[in-house]
Amino acid sequence: MTEHNGHQQDSAPELPQRGHRMGRRGVLRLMGLGVLGIAPLPILSSLIKATLDGHLVRSDGEVARTPDGRIRQWTMIIDLRHCDGCQSVQKPPQCTAACIQGHFAPEPMEWIQVFEGDLPGGGTQFIPTPCQQCQNPPCVNVCPVAATFSTPEGTVLIDQDRCIGCRICMAACPYDRRFFNWGTPPVPPEALLASYSAEHQVPAKKGTVMKCDFCPDMMRADVLPYCVQGCPNNAIYYGDLEEDVASNGKEVVIASRFLSENQAYHLREDLKTKPRVYYIPGHGEAVGRDAFNKGRLPTQWPWMKLVNGARTWKR
Amino acid sequence: MEEMSAWRERLERTALAPVTRTSWAYYVWVAFLLTVIGWGIYAYYRQLQDGLIVTGMRDRISWGLYITTFVFFIGISHAGTLISAILRVSQARWRTPITRMAEFITLVSLVCGALFVIIDLGRPDRVLNVIRYGRWQSPIIWDVLAITTYITASTAYLFLPMIPDLALFRDRLAGRVSGWRMWLYRLLSVRWQGTRAQWHSMGAAITTAMILIIPIAVSVHTVVSWIFAMTLREPWNSTIFGAFFVAGAIFSGVATLIVVMAILRKVYHLEEYITEKHFVYLGYLLGAFSLIMVYGNVSEYLTTGYKMTEGTEFHFRQLFLGQFAGFYWFYLLGGLVLPGLLILLPWTRNIWGVVAASILVVAAMWVERYFIVVSGFRVPLMPYDPSTYAPTWVELSVMAAGFALFALLITLFVKIFPIIAIWEVAEDEESAEIQPAARRFAHGSAPEPAGGVGR
Repeated sequence: MTEHNGHQQDSAPELPQRGHRMGRRGVLRLMGLGVLGIAPLPILSSLIKATLDGHLVRSDGEVARTPDGRIRQWTMIIDLRHCDGCQSVQKPPQCTAACIQGHFAPEPMEWIQVFEGDLPGGGTQFIPTPCQQCQNPPCVNVCPVAATFSTPEGTVLIDQDRCIGCRICMAACPYDRRFFNWGTPPVPPEALLASYSAEHQVPAKKGTVMKCDFCPDMMRADVLPYCVQGCPNNAIYYGDLEEDVASNGKEVVIASRFLSENQAYHLREDLKTKPRVYYIPGHGEAVGRDAFNKGRLPTQWPWMKLVNGARTWKR
Repeated sequence: MEEMSAWRERLERTALAPVTRTSWAYYVWVAFLLTVIGWGIYAYYRQLQDGLIVTGMRDRISWGLYITTFVFFIGISHAGTLISAILRVSQARWRTPITRMAEFITLVSLVCGALFVIIDLGRPDRVLNVIRYGRWQSPIIWDVLAITTYITASTAYLFLPMIPDLALFRDRLAGRVSGWRMWLYRLLSVRWQGTRAQWHSMGAAITTAMILIIPIAVSVHTVVSWIFAMTLREPWNSTIFGAFFVAGAIFSGVATLIVVMAILRKVYHLEEYITEKHFVYLGYLLGAFSLIMVYGNVSEYLTTGYKMTEGTEFHFRQLFLGQFAGFYWFYLLGGLVLPGLLILLPWTRNIWGVVAASILVVAAMWVERYFIVVSGFRVPLMPYDPSTYAPTWVELSVMAAGFALFALLITLFVKIFPIIAIWEVAEDEESAEIQPAARRFAHGSAPEPAGGVGR
């Protein structure tokens, strides 16, 4: 700062001196500090407000409860011993097909997708993969606007009326379970009158993210989700951990017992996302599948054919 | 003293020249930039109509050129901070003729970068949801906060040292330029009269701003890296990501500054003020940062590559051997090693060598940003075939428009505002006149300090 002092004396004659002693040394200093401080404030205050307001959106329906009033904790148990990728019925995976038909999921979305993974000792297994409904959900953590949120029932939903389409949740999801409406999604005639709900996601909305919603609205109506109904081998159980019960539509099991007796595991357990979807190891052997019989039929979107000019995209 | 005032007059004339004279080439250039921007706006209009389906992005590689360009622009915005604030704090006097340009670049690239986040949104109509429903936990909100703070701070930091020069413009250009400009200069020079009190206040304000802006700048690029590093994707799961991004940001920022400096020097005849010394000194910075980048790459790839988990193996194959290999080796060799060599070797350590190194660095750093985004997404999460990404004409057009906007804003800035910090350069020169010892030190003549060039 010593050069500054030296300079002021030298340069004083250079610029015209009006001679009024402005007591406004604070003016410029204020600009330095004030501008730095003030401009982000509008955002800060609304952020604080949003935090205090209880900004999380809620799903539309009532929270599902057991008869004695405890909140239900939805779960899905997928018994891989019974999943043959629908090879035996020679159809595309029927869980996916039922889900697509029930939710009018636009092509190429497979909210429950049957992957074929290699087994370490050779051969493959089919892995039906819905949204894992994590209890430590990476997608919910990163969403800037709380458009995707955890529900009291332990599921994760998306409010497509709030989603801004930044897609950071898709970057965050380690299970590849989020889908984006890249174009204008086609709307079937049946869905035209449907009122939108985050629990059903019909109609789909351009520029927003979608995924498996775990069908809480169906459970409220005492109906099992589409995928559970669609599975010809009854490999998918859906239930409530709170009441400790799950059903595949054919039998009812005690969930905790069924999980522990069959060495249930989570996908990517190492990530500690704590999913609500459990898997029971196997490769379709209970329904007679040979692990070396590879391949399944490709998924189709039959409802899309009924919509004129539906534009699709690739995954 | 006579010699001094002639020198001062020439300085003012040079600084005023861009504002008072406009050549036909300038209009051609502006028209060209506007054409590119217009085409980009058309492409973006198509994107608004049809949705992001017109881009090459899809579910599995869900960010592409837009986010790359965003990261790149935020990166080069570090030019201003480094040159201006860090060199001002360390009282490096050679910085004075180039600080203004560096600060221009900072502000302009921040604006362009922020624009690309909005362009990338699926629902730009809902962008205000970020303020209505913003939640602290999201890295996107950290970005919004950091970038808006940085834009504000760098505007203040650009403006404060410009006040005496704006007052000079106001006084010297009276009657020579159109009314709105006079109005603008009068407004922005905030009744600056150069009184002792005013100098004192400004000095204090600049000191505050320059100290505040350094942590802000570091935080900005750190949180930009965190939109990647806060996910569970293997290639981004790195603790050094923030530091690595900051280093890369300064690296590309200095390179961009050198390129812009070379162009403005040629176009507006600033040879007397921006000399080979400035290029070589900035070249040293570039060289130092190329070493830091090499170090960052080694520590990043050795710690993950040594263990070679499944995802890492896939990532390494695609980067070093597979589909990205050509460009990736260009980044490593052409963008880090070669620029370092150009600066280290004495016979390329001149304006041309440094500018060539800078162009390589700018290109390579863009490539690096692209690979961080795209190759990170490409590593499969589930048993499916790796997807591919190729930008479409829409993305390329919008990106070209982004770069054109960057150039246009700099071009317009130069036309309205003083291109070199007149009073700082003058002060520097005058104090050197008064104190011969200081001059020798400042201009690096006879006894060379280590690393000097003696030109």
